[in-house]
Amino acid sequence: MNNESFFSSWFDYAASRTDLIQEGVLTHLLYVVLVVTSATIFAVTVAVLTRRNRFFKELSLAITSVFLTIPSLALFTIFIPIVGLGFTPSFIALFLYSLLPILRNTITGLESIDPNILDSARGMGYTRNQILFKIEFPLAWPVILAGIRVAAMLTVGIAAIATLVAGGGIGDFIKSGLARLPLPNSLEAIWTGVLLSIILAFAIDSFLRILKRISTSKGIL
Amino acid sequence: MSDVLIKLENIEKSYTPGEPAAVRNLNLEVMRGEVLVLVGPSGCGKSTTLRLINRLIEPTKGKIYLNGEDVTDINGSQLRRRIGYVIQQVGLFPHKTIAENIATVPKLLGWKKEEIDKRVDELLEVVSMDPEVFKDRYPKELSGGQAQRVGVARALAANPDVLLMDEPFGAIDPITRDRLQNEFLRLQQDLKKTIVFVTHDIDEAIKMGDRIAILREGSEIAQLDTPENILTEPADDFVESFLGSGAILKGLTLKKVRDIQLQPITTLKAPVLRDKAIQSINENNDSFAILLDHNDHPLRWLDERALNRTNQPIEKSGRPIAVFIQPEDTLQDALSAMLQSSVGMSVVVDRRGKYLGCCTIESLAKLLVHESPVK
Repeated sequence: MNNESFFSSWFDYAASRTDLIQEGVLTHLLYVVLVVTSATIFAVTVAVLTRRNRFFKELSLAITSVFLTIPSLALFTIFIPIVGLGFTPSFIALFLYSLLPILRNTITGLESIDPNILDSARGMGYTRNQILFKIEFPLAWPVILAGIRVAAMLTVGIAAIATLVAGGGIGDFIKSGLARLPLPNSLEAIWTGVLLSIILAFAIDSFLRILKRISTSKGIL
Repeated sequence: MSDVLIKLENIEKSYTPGEPAAVRNLNLEVMRGEVLVLVGPSGCGKSTTLRLINRLIEPTKGKIYLNGEDVTDINGSQLRRRIGYVIQQVGLFPHKTIAENIATVPKLLGWKKEEIDKRVDELLEVVSMDPEVFKDRYPKELSGGQAQRVGVARALAANPDVLLMDEPFGAIDPITRDRLQNEFLRLQQDLKKTIVFVTHDIDEAIKMGDRIAILREGSEIAQLDTPENILTEPADDFVESFLGSGAILKGLTLKKVRDIQLQPITTLKAPVLRDKAIQSINENNDSFAILLDHNDHPLRWLDERALNRTNQPIEKSGRPIAVFIQPEDTLQDALSAMLQSSVGMSVVVDRRGKYLGCCTIESLAKLLVHESPVK
């Protein structure tokens, strides 16, 4: 099999399945958006609540670290008995994976703020909540966003496993190719999955990079 | 004018029950319009005392009064919006522009936008910064001195009666610090704020304070008095050792040249003939004379030897007078002018440069001996 003929046969494969590709990409994107949004809300809340207590802070970091060490195949499947097949077990697994980078960065971001800034904020008469929303979050934001970016990249990659629990997404192409190796169109399917993952990851990363630039104060860029 | 604005009554602060309190039974009254400096060795609790006033540190026991109102138990954030606060590290918000930083408290108090904008411009002018240049900059674009100016402007924004300053000029290089101190004193003459100022530097305390409280461990007040009285009559050994050996020299910064009697010296008005000049020096039994121009501006020191030595015109003989002082200058300035001068005297002129008299080491010494306590 020479390269040129593989490329043309891959192109034929992809061109005749634009509807499947579109569906796979949209499902994949949906995972990323839902998982990263919910994990951000959850992890930032946990970080804010536990950061002042050494024990709970370490505990939350330890628990989220454990999630990340569980093999993805296992984490996707252990929830099937409770929530069944499809979107839900995949969402739960990806959500748990995303927590650590966001939690870790939120804590780091909040802790690295110069205490004198907080002292003067309190001295000016800011309340605790005003300090959190007007001073601490804006200052920690670039660090938190870096954690969100890691979580998003992680989700794009690992969401390919969702196909194994009937969760759809780009992983469908890889799984079908793998199952039919070395039959015709099997490698083409795998490559479709790989390329779509890379393109999606690149697109999301670019989006977050732009988001960082427009949402961070020029004073701390 | 001299009513009590801030009153701390029997204040006690202990962090852990059972251990000795960090602040024990502190009573302090700050008069309206005065600068009260809290000074003491590090760890004496002077910053703690300051932060008890705006309740950044809550007292364990005791009462705090602001303008007669008991503020011990009112909402802390509301209280702090009524009190300006400046710290050594400035603590400007790096993600906000200079204008937004200054607008902090007015915004918290719900001022209208136009009012805030006007106030920001006004305050930047007050601290000698051009609003058009600095308003939209971020703190990272400022030098240390500029940042502290903005810090002061921010503290003044909502026009509080009280300003708390925790070593505000401590992290700034000596030259800029001196300039900021002078600017600040000038500003205070107009504003007449009630200021509590913390420093560890006794020289700064003497310079800035209307009254000074010298604290020892546990925020115990060792002496509270005017700088003059503390320098001339230290209450005990602790105060005396804290003042250090140069107390008399420090006292020189408190007195102005106009406080001492100027020494008249033979003056000669140019143009004058050489022989006439020598004659009048001898007649007055002085060793020098000062040559004045037709506007009474002093020009040169003349002495007999210099006059005899050359045939140059009289305007070129003798030595030029390099440094002049004015009645508003401190005696420390006078002393350094004397040391720089070739004849050990400093020439005092008025604002327009007219000759007033001379200041000699004897006149300084007379004042100091007269003022110092008998040891």
